Amino acid sequence: MYIIVVGGGQVGYHLSKQLIAEGHEVLLIEKDARTCDRINEDLGSVCLRGDGCEAATLDEVGAGRADVLIAVTGEDEDNLVSCQVAKVRFGVRRTIARINNPKNDRIFRLLGIDAPVSSTQVILEHIEHEVPQHPLMHLMDLSRFGMEIVDVLIGEDSPVRGKRLSDLELPPNAFVSLVITSRDGPQAPNPSLTLGPGDELIAVTPIDQEARLRRVLTGV
Amino acid sequence: MNVVIMGCGRVGAALAKLLDDEGHHVTILDIDSYSFRRLPADFRGTALVGNGTDQEVLVRAGIAEADVFVATTQGDNRNVMAAQIAKHIFGVRRAVTRIYDPIREEMYRELGLETFSPTMVGAHYMHALVVGRPAPAVPPAGR
Repeated sequence: MYIIVVGGGQVGYHLSKQLIAEGHEVLLIEKDARTCDRINEDLGSVCLRGDGCEAATLDEVGAGRADVLIAVTGEDEDNLVSCQVAKVRFGVRRTIARINNPKNDRIFRLLGIDAPVSSTQVILEHIEHEVPQHPLMHLMDLSRFGMEIVDVLIGEDSPVRGKRLSDLELPPNAFVSLVITSRDGPQAPNPSLTLGPGDELIAVTPIDQEARLRRVLTGV
Repeated sequence: MNVVIMGCGRVGAALAKLLDDEGHHVTILDIDSYSFRRLPADFRGTALVGNGTDQEVLVRAGIAEADVFVATTQGDNRNVMAAQIAKHIFGVRRAVTRIYDPIREEMYRELGLETFSPTMVGAHYMHALVVGRPAPAVPPAGR
């Protein structure tokens, strides 16, 4: 694939390096001349000095034949405009934008960005995973379906302690897909399985039912 | 009219005064409260510190009741982002946007923003002065 990366900071540099290693044709656009030189010394001639929000620059790098444009500068508005110019002017099929303010996720989707990636959200989630005894952890979005995968820990005071899977009153379209019991390890979600403290459930739920699922399983 | 202006630079402040003098209700935003020194002492509108690309700030600025949103900060991309939020998220009917880069200006005009490029307006104006033609009273739109 031909992939254009906009922004040669840490994210842009390591992303480009990875994509090149995977065999893609990569072109990186970076405003700062010195950053550009450093990247070219390191990765070969992949970096063009320029403004990735400008149609002239995108034209110069042949955006018309690009499969993907990924905008990862530190400024949300620059990433938005770069993706929009790529999409509207050059018909780039897939645009991916880094966003720093998680609140911009919805805006970016509404304005036609195919995949906004919130760096702040990613970091928050990773930290959340490391906080012990957090009752419900978000694992992954299945955004095409409005669903997500979560990990729920059954605590000492969980209302479902001692209940069988078939007795759980889960929200509509929410499913337990795996149970990891503290005694026997991973188990298929057999309806007769009884839950106990220390067990963990991997569940799939509509995103808007997450709070309800958490209340059912953890009581909080 | 209710008008929300983002950016209290020279242009934003002058525009705020023009509208305020005509009796329109103006709310002007800037990320730096020091910019509000440019507003006249008798300005009756509201000056609010905040970033116009932040939805919460726009809500506080009364975007829900705005008839027109104006983006006139120094950053083309910031203007474009805020104007699109005003128009597409909050349903403000008109979003007037300053975009220095003529190519981007044209593109966002096609996408429904009311844009103008001071670069082209200024060039046409100066061109008229240079060749000795009367300067255009109404700046030409776009290119």
